[in-house]
Amino acid sequence: MADLSVNFSGIRSPNPFWLASAPPTNSGAQIHRAFENGWGGAVWKTIGAPVLNVSNRYGAWRYGNEKMLAINNVELISDRPIEVNLREISDVKRAWPDRAVVVSAMVESKPVAWHDVIRRIQDTGADGIELNYGCPHGMSERGMGSAVGQVPEYCEQITRWVMDVAKIPVIVKLTPNISDIVMPARAAVAAGANALSLINTVNSIIGVDLETLEITPSIGGRGGHGGYAGPAVKPIALNMLAALGRDSIVRGSGLPISGMGGISTWRDAAEFLLLGASSLQVCTAVMHYGFRVVEDLCDGLSNWMDEKGFATIPQVVGRSLHHVTDFKDFDLSFKAIARIDQDKCIRCELCYVACNDSAHQCIDLFDKHGIASPPTAYDQSSNGKLEAISTRPTVVVREEDCVGCRLCFNVCPVENCIHMLQVPSGRPSVTWEELTQKQPEVAEDWKQMERYRKKMGIQIH
Amino acid sequence: MINKPSPHALQELLPPLTVNEAITESARCIMCFDAPCTHACPTHIDIPKFIKKISTGNLLGSARTILESNLLGATCARVCPVQELCEGACVLGSEHKPIAIGRLQRHAMDNLKGNKIDIFHPANSTGKKVAVVGAGPAGLSCAGELAKLGHSVTLYEKRELGGGLSTYGIIVLREPIEVALTEVAMIQRLGVRIEIGKEIGIDPTVADLQENFHAVFIAIGLGHTRALEIPGEEYVLDGLEYIERSKLEPSQLRVGRNVIVIGAGNTAIDCATLARRLGAERVTMIYRRTEKEMTAYPHEYDFVKREGVTFRFLVQPTKVHHENGGVKALECVRMTLGDPDCSGRPFPKPVPGATMLLRADQIVKAIGQNKTSLISTLNLKTEGGFIHINSDFETSSPGIFAGGDCIRARGSASTVMAVQDGKLAARSIHQRLVNHG
Ligand SMILES: Cc1cc2nc3c(=O)[nH]c(=O)nc-3n(C[C@H](O)[C@H](O)[C@H](O)COP(=O)(O)OP(=O)(O)OC[C@H]3O[C@@H](n4cnc5c(N)ncnc54)[C@H](O)[C@@H]3O)c2cc1C
Ligand SMILES: Cc1cc2nc3c(=O)[nH]c(=O)nc-3n(C[C@H](O)[C@H](O)[C@H](O)COP(=O)(O)O)c2cc1C
Ligand code: SF4
Ligand code: SF4
Ligand code: SF4
Repeated sequence: MADLSVNFSGIRSPNPFWLASAPPTNSGAQIHRAFENGWGGAVWKTIGAPVLNVSNRYGAWRYGNEKMLAINNVELISDRPIEVNLREISDVKRAWPDRAVVVSAMVESKPVAWHDVIRRIQDTGADGIELNYGCPHGMSERGMGSAVGQVPEYCEQITRWVMDVAKIPVIVKLTPNISDIVMPARAAVAAGANALSLINTVNSIIGVDLETLEITPSIGGRGGHGGYAGPAVKPIALNMLAALGRDSIVRGSGLPISGMGGISTWRDAAEFLLLGASSLQVCTAVMHYGFRVVEDLCDGLSNWMDEKGFATIPQVVGRSLHHVTDFKDFDLSFKAIARIDQDKCIRCELCYVACNDSAHQCIDLFDKHGIASPPTAYDQSSNGKLEAISTRPTVVVREEDCVGCRLCFNVCPVENCIHMLQVPSGRPSVTWEELTQKQPEVAEDWKQMERYRKKMGIQIH
Repeated sequence: MINKPSPHALQELLPPLTVNEAITESARCIMCFDAPCTHACPTHIDIPKFIKKISTGNLLGSARTILESNLLGATCARVCPVQELCEGACVLGSEHKPIAIGRLQRHAMDNLKGNKIDIFHPANSTGKKVAVVGAGPAGLSCAGELAKLGHSVTLYEKRELGGGLSTYGIIVLREPIEVALTEVAMIQRLGVRIEIGKEIGIDPTVADLQENFHAVFIAIGLGHTRALEIPGEEYVLDGLEYIERSKLEPSQLRVGRNVIVIGAGNTAIDCATLARRLGAERVTMIYRRTEKEMTAYPHEYDFVKREGVTFRFLVQPTKVHHENGGVKALECVRMTLGDPDCSGRPFPKPVPGATMLLRADQIVKAIGQNKTSLISTLNLKTEGGFIHINSDFETSSPGIFAGGDCIRARGSASTVMAVQDGKLAARSIHQRLVNHG
């Protein structure tokens, strides 16, 4: 059995799964139950400046039968008195010495305010502090949250104030609402932070009510942008995580990263680890299904690690980072084509229409005599399941014309039915960078490009 | 005393889908291209299109998509043997559960009914007149399609209500009478004039129609239940009348305690279901061949067995025993299967001397319908008693077209096929009328 425990900048937990600072960590009683369910740690719902919340604060992005592909919220930081939170934090920590209890904080951008809150948190016995530079609504209007995270100088300044008094590990939580995530991360490194975490929520408007024409959710007729989280944001989070892992300054600093943004299953978790996260935080999946989701997060991850021969979490962390590069380093001579497993194919023709309307028109339909047959070729008076099924065409990729774009693979509803088969292109491998260093003219002149293509036997469909 | 039937005994069997069920089910459809379900549907409704519209909340557009291919979408949603048609061809059928296409179709159509919206309006008048004979599914479909195209249509119906077997013959468990009558009203609002209580052949005759109209479409369905030709037959109830009474005046339908239904087709299944639901303790279906040769669909056979109906195969009735005007028993002879007959099924032969007496206090026959007498008086070319037509649905007499059960010499007859006949015939008639002055 794999060892799932982590030591994240000195913060230890029996597994890498921490509740993110959010509604599931709003109170001691909740976190107590979460720990009973097996969570390795919890980042307390952000405490700090006094706030008041509103109703209808959560919206959801429904797609097909998925009720909450993403959540959007205009919730502020904790609206419970700071004294109550601090008392409960010390109670929880005392009851659960082996779990990670991290406290998220956000106060006015003044040194005294930060010094005060950090000292009070340390007095609780908590294991670490997370600086919330990410809340994109409400708090940012008051000069906190993402108003800090979006300006690297503020990020650095406030982190320095914190580091002046911090005796326990400090994690800087980054906002994704920024053009280059590396900048605030470098600022945190420069200020001496102990760790990073990302991503906080993404700016978003969930939708408009077509009945009332109001923004959803409607807060007494008004609405506005809120923070977006859940499965839909995972690809954004993975990209930002990888960007930090590839930056020489951030990577060189050796700061561990706590990854989050759309983690719902152990598969998501493994991907975050592989791209460099060494602890994982979860919010939306818990808001949807409850604390119990941690069981499969741990179980699935552990089984996968056993199968892959990983004994510990550190062996997994960052293992896929070296596969991440820029377009200019991709092999232009790599060639794949789509091939359909006829035994698995259910003949829905979704690949056909995708390729025909949006790709390269290289999937053909054949009748049972092997003759190409156009769609809807049947006689209007024919009907019945036997007729419909027995005359259903087979769907075949014309491999010599396939550019291997992978659209059909993505739309096919059957698992492992379309394979992207790697085939020799007959050309020596070359990247765009290598090519344009040797022959800069191909990037500047279409005629030169055509000459190059002809020479290499590259056909465009 | 027979068991008291439940007040729900004759309600529509499948409840309507809730909004949530409809949205969830519609989202499950993967939207096949050139979908096999659409091919399998005799009217070729664009199924993924109407289902997608349900999932996006465009119920009006969904109903329009259905009606564009099938004016009787509300009836078909309920009565189609979907296991053999659209749902039977659904690509999700092999590994998962096929999409509940019929019930989704009903969801879209029911919503329309609630809104009282007319989807179609007649085109500008072409000045052409068409007579349609018979207001069953084939006649209504043809009349409606022609009216949409701007023709002046008169629909003659011998009974007092339109709808044909949808009104009189399909048990309420599948289709309540109002559904069929709502469709009749929709066809009327399209401008079709319906002459109720007019039996063509007597007054007016088909020749009269030919004189006064540019074209005639005959959709008279089939006639009464065939005769058993056994002694005591006058004590045997006609299955079609049995069903008709259950729809029109259910309180007048007397159901026995120990009922025998003769036959094993769709109508027989329906009679047996009714008898059970209305309180019969024992219902036995008897059939002269075996379950392999039954014309009922496998899903109907399963259903009626679950309703508690029992079967006796390889028996043929020979005589009805009666006493004081009431049925006592049915005398039968045991059968054995011989060589295939013209229908391709083995021909049953009596086993000499193997007679038996089956007790019963009510006997219902449902052994198929005769052709209507009108067919024989029309002087049209026929095929096994059915009206012969060419690929344009035109009979041997130019200008007279026909469709529905009265032409279906081969294959199983169903409502949706009658609707398609009416639609295709309307297209042919339209072509004829606009091209040939
Ligand atoms: C008991 C039973 C149950 C069935 N269940 C199903 C089912 O569940 N699903 C399914 O798809 N199919 C079912 N069918 C078959 C289906 O009902 C028929 O295929 C369909 O109704 C045929 O339509 P039609 O228009 O050809 O004929 P009909 O529905 O028979 O309509 C013919 C119309 O013509 C009228 N008519 C006849 N002669 C004249 C005349 N001389 N002048 C004027 N009017 C005349 C009749 O009164 C009738 O209204 C069932 C049939 C029966 C008998
Ligand atoms: C309703 C809601 C409230 C949140 N409140 C906070 C907060 O107070 N402090 C904070 O740092 N992040 C907050 N977040 C962000 C989460 O901690 C986390 O960064 C984000 O939800 C991405 O993770 P997920 O996809 O697992 O939900 C909140 C998120 C949600 C959905
Ligand atoms: S990979 Fe692209 S081009 Fe090739 S068959 Fe699939 S969709 Fe068409
Ligand atoms: S999408 Fe997949 S299942 Fe559907 S026809 Fe193409 S290969 Fe077959
Ligand atoms: S075959 Fe099934 S999944 Fe495909 S379009 Fe038809 S109903 Fe939808």
